[in-house]
Amino acid sequence: MLLGIGGRMAGEAGAEAVFVAIRNLSKHFGAFQALKDIHLDVKRGEFVSFLGPSGCGKTTLLRAIAGLDRQSGGTIAINGRDVSNAPPSERDFGIVFQSYALFPNLTIADNVGYGLVNQRRSKAEITARVAELLAMVGLSGQLTKYPAQLSGGQQQRVALARALATSPSLLLLDEPLSALDAQVRLRLREEIRDVQRRLGVTTFMVTHDQEEALSMAERIVVMNHGVIEQIGTPEEIYRNPATTFVAEFVGRISLLPGVAHGIDAVEMAGRRFLATRAAEIADGAAVEVGIRPEAIRVRGVTGSEPNALPVRITDLEFLGAFCRATLVAEGAPGLTLIADFSANLLRDLGLQQGAAITVDLPADALRVFPARASA
Amino acid sequence: MSGDARLRRPLIREQTVATLLVLALIIVLVLIIALPLWSLLSKSLQNASGGYVGLANFATYFATPSMVSALFNSLGVALMTTLLVVPLAFAYAYALTRSRMPAKGVFMGIALLPIFAPSLLGAISLIYLFGNQGVLKGLLFGHSIYGPIGIVFAEVCYCFPHAVMIIATGLRLADGRLYEVAEALGTKPTRVFFTITLPGVRYAAISAAFVVFTLVITDFGIPKVIGGQFTVLATDAYKQIVGQQNFEMGAVVGLILLVPAVLAFFVDRQIQKRQVALLSARAVAYEPKPAPMRDALLLAFSSVIGLVLVAMLGMAIWASFIRYWPYNLSLTLAHYNFGEFEPGGWEPYLTSLAMAGCVATFGTGLVFLGAYLVEKTKVPMPLRSLAHFLAMLPMAVPGLVLGLGYVFFINAKSSPFGWLYGTLAVLVINTIAHFYTVGHITATTALKQIDGEFEAVSASLKVPFWTTFRRVTVPISMPAILDIAVYMFVNALTTISAVVFLYGPSTKLASISIIHMDESGATAPAAAMATCIVLTAIGAKTLHVVLDRLVFSRLQVWRKR
Ligand SMILES: Nc1ncnc2c1ncn2[C@@H]1O[C@H](COP(=O)(O)OP(=O)(O)O)[C@@H](O)[C@H]1O
Ligand SMILES: [Mg+2]
Repeated sequence: MLLGIGGRMAGEAGAEAVFVAIRNLSKHFGAFQALKDIHLDVKRGEFVSFLGPSGCGKTTLLRAIAGLDRQSGGTIAINGRDVSNAPPSERDFGIVFQSYALFPNLTIADNVGYGLVNQRRSKAEITARVAELLAMVGLSGQLTKYPAQLSGGQQQRVALARALATSPSLLLLDEPLSALDAQVRLRLREEIRDVQRRLGVTTFMVTHDQEEALSMAERIVVMNHGVIEQIGTPEEIYRNPATTFVAEFVGRISLLPGVAHGIDAVEMAGRRFLATRAAEIADGAAVEVGIRPEAIRVRGVTGSEPNALPVRITDLEFLGAFCRATLVAEGAPGLTLIADFSANLLRDLGLQQGAAITVDLPADALRVFPARASA
Repeated sequence: MSGDARLRRPLIREQTVATLLVLALIIVLVLIIALPLWSLLSKSLQNASGGYVGLANFATYFATPSMVSALFNSLGVALMTTLLVVPLAFAYAYALTRSRMPAKGVFMGIALLPIFAPSLLGAISLIYLFGNQGVLKGLLFGHSIYGPIGIVFAEVCYCFPHAVMIIATGLRLADGRLYEVAEALGTKPTRVFFTITLPGVRYAAISAAFVVFTLVITDFGIPKVIGGQFTVLATDAYKQIVGQQNFEMGAVVGLILLVPAVLAFFVDRQIQKRQVALLSARAVAYEPKPAPMRDALLLAFSSVIGLVLVAMLGMAIWASFIRYWPYNLSLTLAHYNFGEFEPGGWEPYLTSLAMAGCVATFGTGLVFLGAYLVEKTKVPMPLRSLAHFLAMLPMAVPGLVLGLGYVFFINAKSSPFGWLYGTLAVLVINTIAHFYTVGHITATTALKQIDGEFEAVSASLKVPFWTTFRRVTVPISMPAILDIAVYMFVNALTTISAVVFLYGPSTKLASISIIHMDESGATAPAAAMATCIVLTAIGAKTLHVVLDRLVFSRLQVWRKR
């Protein structure tokens, strides 16, 4: 009897339609503005992550969508219905908090069935549904235990089952994994993703952990200081960060000062490098050039490449499967790069601290940003 | 789709219900706290026929020598008691928190004993010991126990538990690291005491001093029983209202009584803030090191004090079983045959039980629900702040003053509540209001410890907040709820000052019956009635502790890991 759980499969008719539409959303706490002019469209069944440093307004945005803390301005529509002024009970969502907020005096079964009792379902129906939900999160047979008797990861699963019990069309997760230790966290990432896919429930997950967002979300909303910096798939966010903030917050990147030069080049430390840039950066403007550590090429570099750069390895940090190298351009100490070298590469080329090598910065791996005021 | 049906707007929204409940709470608190106080204030500015006379009543008051002397008597007695209690309580609390003296738990229990008795019980004991037939009368060298000496002695015992609790809390907040550093630097113990210990508890000591001063100045029972011809503010107010029906002067006295209490309230608020700062910075709890000499001295001191406290309680209890003090010391239950000394017989005791039971039941319900609404609902902040303010107000209002306020409020010509006068209902309401704040603080503290997202989770599951209140919040808060109930029950049993103006012929309480019997010279039956109250109060507390240990720990299996 999978009725209810499977009620909203991804790929159903209308899956491409906008399910959650957020327009001009803002939120003030007194004089402090926690959210500024947020626009966001989310499709039915999508898994979207709000990513950003602590205090950037992720929770505030999530609670506004839930109706738990009303926004100061703007609108929210869910499934075509304007719910901007609707109380939480008139929006259709399940929520999991960082603290799980399990009711300590109720058994696991009563916790999961908490929202079902109110739906005037029969006892047998509720029992069956609770068993089904607990099986789904891998907790069959723990029905009569109390939350305090479960591990953190198990409590988290109970909270998830409880949130999904009423088959909501929207699942809201606020840092659901941050209270768990690393191993449990990795396993639960997959489990949550798996359950979400199976049910096709549209999901928002708040996290400050970029790895979590990259591995779980279909789309990431990167936020900073109450504004959205970028919206995109994990790959877009990583490969094509819209701002230096996104570039630095998601993954590692070296940002080098330079000047825009011609239509397809930048000048750094008196040298010219090929790099495409956005049209709005004027020729001669100060820029920052970003390159990911793993994009720096070493093998087979002849020195005749347009973006070849002689460097010295000033530091090698052993990180297990690979080493993180600090490279300083010869004759230009302002150009410092971070590169990841595999153990293989180190062995094959006999690289050591202090060695002088030539690397290539492929043009299609260079990202050109307008220089920040402070940079 | 079935989902749409679930999302339809319900008949009445939770938010509306919550707002209405908070509004109802505010109305109730205004009725039982704010309006009576307002009546007192306005009464003090009116003449007998209700016309506005400005400060004329105050002018009359200060121009009447007998009244001003009552004011100075009160100030003198309160000051004297404060100067005695604070150092004694400090030493006792120091022994409890900073020594390795044995049997600390027993000494803590003994220090709290006076809380379970009406204030006047100590006065009755003093009469037995030092009164006209007192066995220790000689120790007074011809002075009379009826008057300031007796009042101060009895007040010291009555206020002792409050001062000890406040100062012991202050001492417990000390940062152990300071002492370790001082020791590492080779600081002498006396220097440590004067540079670390004393400054550390100065806030608590100031707070205790204000609390004691207020307790004494507003206490009615002790000066009534042992004051003799020595009038103080509280007995003067009683005389003005009950004796001479001079309500305006009664109101003036009430307002004067309000001054130290309000002062104490604000001093305490300031001190609380500083103590919280101390607490959050605290890293290491203080562990007293062995010091046999110190421990022996403190044990001796605490034993003497403990003995006095036990004697002050025990003397009256013992005397209530003695045939004819001090001539015939054989035991008897004759004084418990209340019918011979008091028209109501055992009726007042039963009325007190009924009153305390109602206060514990309805008071706890109101207080907890009120604190929940203030703490956990999403009702607009100004409304919740107003309710919180009203709930904190009674802390600053002595029982006697609140009682006077009630008299004026329900007896006002335009009042629709005149019929309440003398009913059990008004005694219950007034007592709930009197002890509201401590219950409110207890409930609020307990609620703050509960996960703040329970209401959010319920809302997401479309379970209304009242269901979560019933199924989760109340069961989780059961220990705090019981604490509040027992606190209210014990205080309702022992209170005198607030209810002395409000009882009627059919609702005379045990504590008032004690005063009447004592007035008519039946001291032993008065002691007997007081004994009944003490034993009931201690019994209730014991039952609470036992239930808490045995039954509720079993019911609350979910707390165990
Ligand atoms: N109730 C509140 N009152 C005042 N400021 C708040 C409140 N809630 C959140 N804030 C502020 O709003 C900002 C965003 O908070 P939040 O959304 O919780 O951040 P996060 O991205 O870490 O979840 C923070 O600076 C926080 O201090
Ligand atoms: Mg957050």
